[in-house]
Amino acid sequence: MRRLLQGCRSIHMSSVLRTGGQMDACAMRDMLKFEFSEDNQRRVKALLAWYPEAEWKGALIPLLDIAQRQQGWLSISAVQAVAEIIKVDPMKAFEAAQFYTMFFMKPRGKYVVSVCTSTPCKLRGGDEIFEACKKALNLVHGQTTPDMQFTLKEDYCMGACVNAPVLAVNDDMYEDLDEKSLADILAKLRKDKLPPAGPQNGRCACEPKGGPTTLKTPPPPPGFMMQDLPDPKTKKKCQ
Amino acid sequence: MIRAPLVKALGALGSPTHQMASRAVRTSAMVAQTPAKAPEKIEVFVDDIPVQVAPGTTVLQAAAQIGVEIPRFCYHERLAVAGNCRMCLVEVEKSPKPVAACAMPVMKGWRIKTNSDLTRKAREGVMEFLLMNHPLDCPICDQGGECDLQDQAMAFGSDRSRFTDINYTGKRAVEDKDIGPLVKTIMTRCIHCTRCIRFASEIAGVDDLGTTGRGNDMQIGTYVEKLFLTELSGNVIDLCPVGALTNKPYSFVARPWEIRKVSSIDVLDAVGSNIVISTRTNEVLRILPRENEDVNEEWLADKSRFACDGLKRQRLVAPMVRMPNGELQAVEWEGALIAVAKAVKAAGGQIAGISGQLADLEAQVALKDLLNRLGSEVVTTEQGFVQGGTDSRANYLLNSTIAGLEEADAVLLVGTNPRYEAPLVNTRLRKAYVHNELQIASIGPKIDLSYDHQNLGADAALVKDVCSGSHAFSKVLEGAKKPAIIIGADLLERADGAAIHATVAEYCKKLKKPNWNPFNVLQNNAGQVGALDVGYKAGAQVALKAQPKVLFLLNADAGKVTREQLPKDCFVVYIGSHGDNGASIADAVLPGAAYTEKQAIYVNTEGRPQQTLPGVSPPGMAREDWKILRALSEVVAQPLPYDNLDELRNRLEDVAPHLTRLGQLEPAGDAGAAGTISKSIGGGPIDVQLKELKDYFMTDAVSRASPTMAKCISAVNKQQRENEAKQSVAI
Repeated sequence: MRRLLQGCRSIHMSSVLRTGGQMDACAMRDMLKFEFSEDNQRRVKALLAWYPEAEWKGALIPLLDIAQRQQGWLSISAVQAVAEIIKVDPMKAFEAAQFYTMFFMKPRGKYVVSVCTSTPCKLRGGDEIFEACKKALNLVHGQTTPDMQFTLKEDYCMGACVNAPVLAVNDDMYEDLDEKSLADILAKLRKDKLPPAGPQNGRCACEPKGGPTTLKTPPPPPGFMMQDLPDPKTKKKCQ
Repeated sequence: MIRAPLVKALGALGSPTHQMASRAVRTSAMVAQTPAKAPEKIEVFVDDIPVQVAPGTTVLQAAAQIGVEIPRFCYHERLAVAGNCRMCLVEVEKSPKPVAACAMPVMKGWRIKTNSDLTRKAREGVMEFLLMNHPLDCPICDQGGECDLQDQAMAFGSDRSRFTDINYTGKRAVEDKDIGPLVKTIMTRCIHCTRCIRFASEIAGVDDLGTTGRGNDMQIGTYVEKLFLTELSGNVIDLCPVGALTNKPYSFVARPWEIRKVSSIDVLDAVGSNIVISTRTNEVLRILPRENEDVNEEWLADKSRFACDGLKRQRLVAPMVRMPNGELQAVEWEGALIAVAKAVKAAGGQIAGISGQLADLEAQVALKDLLNRLGSEVVTTEQGFVQGGTDSRANYLLNSTIAGLEEADAVLLVGTNPRYEAPLVNTRLRKAYVHNELQIASIGPKIDLSYDHQNLGADAALVKDVCSGSHAFSKVLEGAKKPAIIIGADLLERADGAAIHATVAEYCKKLKKPNWNPFNVLQNNAGQVGALDVGYKAGAQVALKAQPKVLFLLNADAGKVTREQLPKDCFVVYIGSHGDNGASIADAVLPGAAYTEKQAIYVNTEGRPQQTLPGVSPPGMAREDWKILRALSEVVAQPLPYDNLDELRNRLEDVAPHLTRLGQLEPAGDAGAAGTISKSIGGGPIDVQLKELKDYFMTDAVSRASPTMAKCISAVNKQQRENEAKQSVAI
């Protein structure tokens, strides 16, 4: 059996199939419909004001982000709408949307739980956290729950290695996790309550947990460890 | 569109610093074509050989100057530098790591080592990585034998790999994409050099292709399932360094070492692209472009490349004579020639000849000589032109020359769609648009030219407006260093064509610059310029007006001559290669040779005579066209004074000496009107015949017979229907 499975080659489907875009009439309708809301249109305008018109393409990623926040994910029509606004070819916008992992080209859950499993987090138990998430949510990497509540992702470094292990829920980071705090967070999210973000073990930021370990005494005065100056009273000349 | 928008924005501001910036941007974009002009050269050492190069030259170009070729996959001279294949890594002394030669400009005194241990190791490493995900299917791959990856793996790769996954679980496999009936994709073979993407967006001007996904998931594709079908799509096959994009009609047909290659000329448009005909066992298998900087660079339009299967179908293989019951019946040459001779004798000099789209110069000369001997002066081209406007060559040539258009900075297109009438002229215009700030306006219907242009409208009176200097675009033309006005050949067939021609020619005298002739006519028939050069009159109407008793149709297949226009007792003789419009109305059909089967001269739209060479022999009883006319002249007892091609070429030299200097351009002087100014422009809106892609594929007897071209049209139509269906679902 194992042999059989091993022989199975993973086929890379075309992006169209993978994104699920344009597959049926429903998706087609969606494709033709995206429009920025009024609020977002103001945001788009303000953003574009930063760039000379010839360089509007620089606003590609922020605009895609706004579109994703409005829609929850990025449909092909949204990408196309963005491309039209900043006057780049749809393919170029699509390339960027496909490339960055923060863009979701298919509907995602309300809460995207991304767990870091790169080296520092792995050393501090990131793998266990990810396994626990998998078990608790009954998902594998990249999957979304049928009720569209959770999407689970295994992710790379999020830049909070001092507080490893780390997971991110949408824009918020939850740090210094263990099994218990993780269960807490997931339980709260299930009830649609966002637990306070940040370290979960009582730390404020990335200071040592049991209080400071260094720099505990008052700082030494100026001149500390400096070479002694010649005494002005003796007026002894330096040789 | 890759026309650097920054350049435009900065150029508009106009301050010196901005101009400098814009120049810098432009030169960086142009670096692949021409290194920036600078008086000083810097010295670098390639394998200890000193080389003097211009600043800004890349390591790869510096090495090429002394003939050291650095292996590469993604780099291509005519495309922007991508630097993503890493095959061109070379060691540079005192550099901590190898540098990518294609993207790294040289610095003074650099010592480049193209064959050191480090360089070799880097190449082996890159090769190993590339081959890790490349299937080992060379035996069934169409690229086998002419594959860059194969060649470079042999030359620079290691003899072993550390990839030991015998179950192929880790080997990447990518789904193939359907991008049309011309290009076959086997995406697993792709090494992500992105040459095809860059060609599509830079040269062809369609941004359909791109990369999706990242890392191991990266693949080349379109973002919605869409055909990559343009008038230039076949060139990605040549560009692809592996077998990922191959020629669909040619797939599994032949191996490169089995085929015979013949250098020839394409005649399916008036550009005169240089081609290589690949043949095997007297069969044309495929057509590839041949490099010619002055004409087609190294590209080839799709029709020229893929219509070659039309050379095997609808062919006339035996002489035919129409029987009293109205059916054409195959006969021997003798019978056919005697039948024609009888009719010619009976006609008593009331004879006319019409030369068509694919007629070669030799046959045209022979036909004219024969008819003159028989007492007729009525030899015309099938396509019309300004009556009496053929005295000066400049009146019907693309005087700015194809390569010259690259330097133009303001172009007005009048009643022409160069994208489909002459795709490789359009690439030059696009090149100038991208790199040379070319401003383009068109008078005619709104069309997609693959670059931004200003459509002034379709009203014919606009020509007058612009040429009188009152239109806004006149200012642009008059302010330009190298302005050009291009008139479509079809437009000049109109009743007011002469007036349009005269008006534009007059205005062009004003726009003229030293060594620059702004007056251009874009021909779309390969046979037209040659015919006019040897003294044919323009327009089938002239021949029809003469009401001839015998009418010779030399490859005249455009359908402009019909039975109804001719006298009832007119005997029509068709000489040509395909059973098309011409043969269907003929009383006698004399089978000729197609352009791949004869040595013949064709003159392109800029007036450059070039020669085709026979790759295969004509099918069945078909013969070279001029030989048919020579044989006929013997039967009608007016023998033509040449028995072989050399003697015919000598005769041609008497008629038009410039046409025997093959490959060379003869400056044509000024375009001038011949007493036609009195006529006024007022013939309704200006139109072009080839508006969209589907109009492009079938324009002559060869492409109309080609199944591949038919598939292209149905693919375009299908895509159009699907798009419409999707729209209606959405509503």
